[in-house]
Amino acid sequence: MTRRTVFLASGLVLLALVPPIAAALGQPFYVDVFRRIMIFAIAAVSLDLILGYGGMVSFGHAAYLGIGAYAVGIPAYYGLHNGYVQWTIAVLASAAIALVIGAISLRTSGVYFIMITLAFTQMLYYLGVSVEEYGGDDGMRLAARSTFAGLVDLRGGTTFYYVVLVLLVLSLGVGHRLINSRFGMVIRGGRSNEARMRAIGFATFRYKLVAFMIAGAMCGLAGALLVNHTEYVTPEFMHWTRSGDIMFMVILGGMGTLGGPVLGAVVLRLLEDLLLPSWTEHWQAILGPFLVLVVLFAKRGLVGLLPERRDG
Amino acid sequence: MTKTKMMRIALPAVLAAFVAAAPSVAQDKVKIGFITTLSGPQGVIGEHMKNSVELALDHLGRKVGGLPVEVIYGDDQQKPDVGKQVADEMLKRHNVHFVSGIIWSNVMLAVAPTVTGAGTMMIGTNAGPHDLAGKLCNERFFTTSWQNDQTPEAMGKYMQDQGITDVFVMAPNYPAGKDMVQGFKRYFKGKIVGEVYTKFPQQLDFQAELSQLRATNPKAVFVFYPGGFGIQYLKQYAEAGLRAKIPLYSVYTVDEISLPAVKEAALGQFETRYWSPDLKNAANEKYVGDFKKKFGKMPVFYGAQSYDGIMLIDSAVKAVKGDLKNQKGMIAAMRKADYPSTRGKYTYNVNHFPIQNFYLLKAVQGAGGEFEMQIQKTVFENHKDSYSKDCGMKW
Amino acid sequence: MLLVLEQTLNGIQFGVTLFLMAAGLTLVFGIMNLVNLAHGSLYMLGAYLATTFFQRTGSFLAAVALALAATLVIGIVVELIALQTLYERDHLDQVLATFGLILFFNELVAIVWGRAAIYTKLPPWLSGHIELLPGVRYPLYRALVILVGLAVAALLWLLVSRTRLGMLIRAGASNRTMVSALGVNIRLLYTLVFGLGAALAGLAGLMAGPIYAVQIGMGEEILIQVFVVIVIGGIGSIRGALVGALVVGMVDTLGRAFLRPLLATVLSPSAADSAGPALASMLIYILMAAVLFFRPQGLFPASAR
Repeated sequence: MTRRTVFLASGLVLLALVPPIAAALGQPFYVDVFRRIMIFAIAAVSLDLILGYGGMVSFGHAAYLGIGAYAVGIPAYYGLHNGYVQWTIAVLASAAIALVIGAISLRTSGVYFIMITLAFTQMLYYLGVSVEEYGGDDGMRLAARSTFAGLVDLRGGTTFYYVVLVLLVLSLGVGHRLINSRFGMVIRGGRSNEARMRAIGFATFRYKLVAFMIAGAMCGLAGALLVNHTEYVTPEFMHWTRSGDIMFMVILGGMGTLGGPVLGAVVLRLLEDLLLPSWTEHWQAILGPFLVLVVLFAKRGLVGLLPERRDG
Repeated sequence: MTKTKMMRIALPAVLAAFVAAAPSVAQDKVKIGFITTLSGPQGVIGEHMKNSVELALDHLGRKVGGLPVEVIYGDDQQKPDVGKQVADEMLKRHNVHFVSGIIWSNVMLAVAPTVTGAGTMMIGTNAGPHDLAGKLCNERFFTTSWQNDQTPEAMGKYMQDQGITDVFVMAPNYPAGKDMVQGFKRYFKGKIVGEVYTKFPQQLDFQAELSQLRATNPKAVFVFYPGGFGIQYLKQYAEAGLRAKIPLYSVYTVDEISLPAVKEAALGQFETRYWSPDLKNAANEKYVGDFKKKFGKMPVFYGAQSYDGIMLIDSAVKAVKGDLKNQKGMIAAMRKADYPSTRGKYTYNVNHFPIQNFYLLKAVQGAGGEFEMQIQKTVFENHKDSYSKDCGMKW
Repeated sequence: MLLVLEQTLNGIQFGVTLFLMAAGLTLVFGIMNLVNLAHGSLYMLGAYLATTFFQRTGSFLAAVALALAATLVIGIVVELIALQTLYERDHLDQVLATFGLILFFNELVAIVWGRAAIYTKLPPWLSGHIELLPGVRYPLYRALVILVGLAVAALLWLLVSRTRLGMLIRAGASNRTMVSALGVNIRLLYTLVFGLGAALAGLAGLMAGPIYAVQIGMGEEILIQVFVVIVIGGIGSIRGALVGALVVGMVDTLGRAFLRPLLATVLSPSAADSAGPALASMLIYILMAAVLFFRPQGLFPASAR
């Protein structure tokens, strides 16, 4: 095992210990905090699949967060709370929309790709703002969390926490399998030299499109979790600054690694939501330069600070 | 770094973070969590609210209901999910007795049920979405502001009473915009010659719509453009040369925050509101006078409501003689609205939304050359909101 | 019919406003290959500085000159401190670092000027109207915006295609190593170009000040639309930026003005009421996706590189 794997594993163990520690300290609030962090971690892991491994800089990943959230919110609005149905819709709808967006966007590259993914997310954002039936810009409240008859009850904060943790581990597992498969080799190869991959006979476009779809579906699941966590759905989930946020988690932690996005989500969420705002209301004046410094000096992210070579 | 070394650094750090956050158990202190938007472009509203809370605490001698008080401020960043997390933090980490504040309807809809569901009292000091006034009303939820529709209803009533007709209506295309127009139409029955919804949130330029407006030749214009939109709208309305031609009536478009940014472009503007700095009563004169002295600017209604929120809590804690466990008693006390409100005396409707007066205000240039809103007349006396019938509460 | 004419003018004017922003962005983009999200911050600073200078000096023209000089200097300082090392990085790093700059500048403005929008106004000599045709009055200031925008377009074209500096810029864009091997200080050249781009953003901001709200975050409101413009036009192309800006300005304005009535002829009025504005909001993004679908490099792909 590499040290990074050890680090990732111990990080996940620490996350698993959050509820008992929080309970022992009489601070159940931290269960909420880390649950939200893990949800964003799933989103970040999914983005990393295409961004870090595939070199596809999607500036519109928040779209799937929104689609996943509305896929739970809209059935719930009509009284359908069955989680199996809701979450399946979330994943399928995200995959389908990612397929459409990807099919068009992947024709472009570089900055054009960044901007066209942004444009699609903006369209969805405006769609969310304008559809009055589902609350428009106000969004709507989720009457009840998704129900999984006979399996789990998400109303329990700790149960829900472990569901999210399991899904995070599963996402990491799926990610790991993917990138180490033949499929993953093509995706990674496409990042370093697409022309060569094509020359040796791989239809890179199709591979990239499938990766784009998988990432969208995974992020859609994160959206379904987020709406259950917040018990509220709003187009704001699809705002372009959210896409930037998720992107930053990946970079901060270290892109092209499995643990990086998780670490990035933990650090950024804690900074943005808890530490900095409690310190000064001008916290964005600190976060901004911090971002710049990370990009300039910690090129490989926080994970890059750990050595990669194998333990003896 | 080895793994163990890593853990040696990481674990204590994480534990320290938890321990530092452990609650201080002191029951003889009133804890209020005040949530508003403090960062980003809309932080200006939050600043007014926070300043007003501080002023209220000053006026109460830094005691609420005779008990020492701690107010914890939280920044919702104008996002519903962040607001909800801040509320959870207030409830579960700080164990507050009251949550107050909230500017935006969407944040309110995410936060209020969380707070009341946890058995804590929520005193809203701005957003009044109709769900909370109607089917989602709750005995632990009070507001010191208004139900969103009340203000445009007042404008509709005024324009109806004046016999104004051929009105052109404009608002941004989002639920609040639609609600405002709906509230306006509930009382205005004259002819509407045009109804335009502009892009939300990102429209800067209204020239195209103003051309359209001019082409329909209306006798009056009714708009809702809050915050920065309002500034842009008024500047462009004046620039298009319409100010002198067609009278402009609005709600939540000109206030003491935007007035200094538009000045003469707002002259002659009509607004309806439940409060104004020139409202004559002792509590308001004290609030406005001391606010100007302490912060060097005019207060705005967001602030007045937040000031009232603290005063309302104070009256409730006093009524139960500091027994913060006696929630029933505090609810009963709040229902009386027995405190010196900046709007003067008012009562609570069954849904815990105020039954209050609404006034017609006009932007004028005062004697000293400063631009200000002045009350012209009372449009509604003891006006009830239109959603209380959907609220099942009885008392 | 007069209304269509007036709306067309409105569309041109909005397009020109976008062009003023887009010109600086596309210049920096095309030459240094730098995605600068913080371009919006320079626009905001231009508006704030011009407003402050106007209040202090009482002269609109002096304020314009001072604000332009100040944004030029700020641009150069930002380039030297933060952006220099980003040219070699990929777009992802650039997007993130400049996103960080946005947060920083927004809070900086909050600290210096406060969070409330500040007061701006037109000087009296610019606040009148001109009569284009009998019955068609047009605000003088807006006409001026159109003229300034077109003048900037012409000057930039002259600068890039007719001057020595322009020649170096074009050469630097196509082969950086070669140009520096020939003894040109490419670093200095980049710094100057960035400063020029910043000053153009500042110009857009100060022109926008009197008719829009001068407030924190005003840069981001327009930034995304400006990106749409340069992507449609073809990144790095001044000509593309102008065409893209006019197309976007026109589509957006005419969409807002005529989409709803148009939809009302096929849909019920209430359906048109909700679909019209929704579609109008999405229109420019749909346009951009469509353009990129058929021309993945935009309408005028920059010939360099």
